[in-house]
Amino acid sequence: MSRKSQNSTRVSRRTFSAGLGAAGIVAGTAPFNIVRAQGTPLKVGVLLPRSGYQAGIGQDCQRGVDITAGILKDMGMPPLQLMNADTETNVEIARSRAEKLISEGAQLLVGAFDSGQSTAIAQVAEQKGIPYVINIAAAPPITEQGYKFVFRNFPTAGMILGGAFAAQKEIFAASSSVPKTAVFLHVNDTFGTAMKGGIGAVMPKFDMPYKIVETISYDPAARDLSVEISKAKATGADALIMVSRLNDAILLTRELVKQRWSPMAILSMGPGWYEDQYLKTLGKLSDGPLSFVPWYDPNKPLSKQLEAALAKAHAGVNLNTNHVYTFEALLVAADAYKRAGSTDPKALADAIRTTNITNNTSPGPGILFDAKGQNSSLKISGIQNRGGKLVTVAPKEAANAKAEWPLTPYDKRA
Amino acid sequence: MPAEVYLNVAVGGVLTGLVYGLMALGLSVIFGVVRVVNFAHGEMMTIAMYIAIVLFATFRLDPLIMLLPIAALLFGLGYVMQAGLINRFITRPEHSQFLLLVAVAIIMINVLLIIFGPDAQNIQTAYSYDSFQIGPLIVDAAKVYAACAALVVTAALFAFFRYTHIGTAIRACADNYTGALVVGLDVKRLYALTFGLGSACVGAAGTMLLLIFDVTPAAGPAYTLLAFVIVITGGLGSMPGALLGGVLIGLTEAMAGLMFSPSAKSMFAFGILVLVLLFRPQGIMGKRAA
Repeated sequence: MSRKSQNSTRVSRRTFSAGLGAAGIVAGTAPFNIVRAQGTPLKVGVLLPRSGYQAGIGQDCQRGVDITAGILKDMGMPPLQLMNADTETNVEIARSRAEKLISEGAQLLVGAFDSGQSTAIAQVAEQKGIPYVINIAAAPPITEQGYKFVFRNFPTAGMILGGAFAAQKEIFAASSSVPKTAVFLHVNDTFGTAMKGGIGAVMPKFDMPYKIVETISYDPAARDLSVEISKAKATGADALIMVSRLNDAILLTRELVKQRWSPMAILSMGPGWYEDQYLKTLGKLSDGPLSFVPWYDPNKPLSKQLEAALAKAHAGVNLNTNHVYTFEALLVAADAYKRAGSTDPKALADAIRTTNITNNTSPGPGILFDAKGQNSSLKISGIQNRGGKLVTVAPKEAANAKAEWPLTPYDKRA
Repeated sequence: MPAEVYLNVAVGGVLTGLVYGLMALGLSVIFGVVRVVNFAHGEMMTIAMYIAIVLFATFRLDPLIMLLPIAALLFGLGYVMQAGLINRFITRPEHSQFLLLVAVAIIMINVLLIIFGPDAQNIQTAYSYDSFQIGPLIVDAAKVYAACAALVVTAALFAFFRYTHIGTAIRACADNYTGALVVGLDVKRLYALTFGLGSACVGAAGTMLLLIFDVTPAAGPAYTLLAFVIVITGGLGSMPGALLGGVLIGLTEAMAGLMFSPSAKSMFAFGILVLVLLFRPQGIMGKRAA
C-alpha cells in the first residue's frame, strides 16, 4: 500500500520526459499561435459614403484611412488588411455592403460617418457577431440598444450639444456683444433630427443668452436653399445655429451672400462648415463660422504625427474631424487585435471593451468604452475658419487662438 | 412675416421655374413628335452641365456664351442617339423603349462618375454672388440671367416650329405619321432632328442651371423625374404647357417651403401632379385624347 502510494506520487523518467515534451509543445506553440495571428493582417471592412451627396465627406474620411498604416506601424501595432466599401450615402446599401464585407471575410467593421448608415451597419454587425467600431455618428440610440459588438469613439448628439453650449458661453464671456436670438437650421436626416431633439433637451440646462425664434429643417440633398435663407432672414435673428452637411453648408453660404444677410454669428454643431472643400470653394467667404465639434487636441504628440502624415500624403489639406476619428477607429481595431492576439470576433470585442489608449489625438483623457460601448470621456472643441485655415478657440486649455467676433459682413470682405 | 419675403420667394420660384420649364420643354417636344419618352433626359442635362464645367475650366467661358455651343453639342448627341439607336425601337413595344433609355441613362451616370468622380461641382462667374435690389425686392442675378436665356431659347424654338419649313414638316409628322410618309417626308430624319432639338433644349437648360445649382453624376434621375412632373402637369407634348408647368412647380416648391416646411417642398409639387392627374389628366394645356 505504502509502496503503491510511493509509486503513484513518484515521477518516473518516462513520465517526466512525456511531461516535458507536452510542456514544450504547449510552451512552444502558444506564443507561436499569437505571433502567427498577429503576423496575419486583421481584415477590416471600412464602410464610407464614397459617392452620393455625402461623397465629399466620405472621401475626406478616406484620407484618414490613407495615413493610418504608416502611423500604426510606427506605434508597433499589427497590420490591418483594409476592405473598402461604398455606402453610396444610402442606408439600405450600407446594410447590404456590411453583409457583403462579412461574407467576404471581414473580421471587424469600421465606419460609416452617418448615423442612419451606422445604425444599419450596427444591426448587421450585432446579428453576425462581428465587432463594429463607429468612426463618426452621433445619434444616441446606436449605443443604447444593448449591443455587444458595437463601439463608438465619437460623442453622442447630447455630448456634442453640451460641449458646444459650454464652449459658446466661454466665447460669449470674452465678448462685449452676444446674440439674443437665433434661427436653428438643420438637415432632416437621422443626425439632424437627433440633434434637434437634443437641443430641446440640453439647451435649457445651460442658460444660454439667446433664444431660438425659428427652427427650419431641410433636405440635405436639396439643390436650392434660397427659401430656407429667406425664411431665416425674415426672423431678423442675430445668429444662425446650424446642423448641416457639406454641400448644403456651401449652398447656404452662397444664399447668405446673395440675399445680403450677414448674421452676427454662424454657430455650427455638425460637419460642413470647417471641411476643406468648404474653405476652398468659398475662399474668403468661408471665413468666420464657428464650429463646435469633436475635434483633435493640437497639443497631443500623436496629433502632430497625424498632421505631418496628412501633409505628406495630401498637401494643403487641414487635419479635421473626419481624418482624426477615422484614424482612431482603426487604431482601436489594431490595438484590440494586438491585445486579443486573435481574429476571433468575441475575443476582439472583449479586447475593444477593455481599451485604454492614452496616446491618441481626440480631446479628453483617451479612448476607453463604457458598458454601452460608448467613449463618454470625449470633449468638444470650438474652431473657427480663418484665412483658409482652422484655429481652435475653445476650450481654453486646447485653444491656439482667440475667437474673432462678430462675423465680418460678407459685403465688407476685401 | 413681412410681405416682401413672400414676394422675394415667389420671384425666385418663378425664375427657377422658367429654367425648369426649358428643361422639360425638351422632353415635351420629343414626346410630342417621336412619341418616345426620354428616360435619359436628366442624365443628358448633367452631361451638358459637365461640358459647361470643362469649358469653363479650360477657356473661362461664361455660361451665357457657352449656351449655344453646348446646345449644338447636345443637338448632335440627340441626333446620333435617335438616328443610330432609338429609330430602331420606334415600332417596338413601349417597355422596350423604356428599358433602352433607362440603360442609356445608367451608362451615362457611370461614365460621368468615372470621368468626374462623385463630388459636387459648380462654376464661379463674376456674377455668381450678385443680386439686384429693387426696393425691398432682392433678386438673384444668376437666376435672372438663366430665366431670360430660357425665355429666349423657348421663343426661338417656338418660332422654328411655327415659321420654318422643317418645323412645319416636324409638326406634320407629329399630327399624322402615315400622312407624313405618304407625302414623302423623311420621317426618321425628322425624328432625329426633333430628338436633337429636344436635346439642345436640355443642353441650354443645363448650362443655365449650372449658374444656380451644383452638379453631380447622380443628379440626373432627379432631373428626369422633375421634367416628368412638369410636362405631365403642363401637358405632355405641349410647348407652352412645359413652360407653364415649370413655373407652376418652381413657384409651388418655393411658396410651400416658405409657408409650410422646406422639407415638404417636393411633397407639394407631387400634390399638384396628383391633382392634375385626377382632374385634368391631359395636363393644363394638353389636348384631350380623342
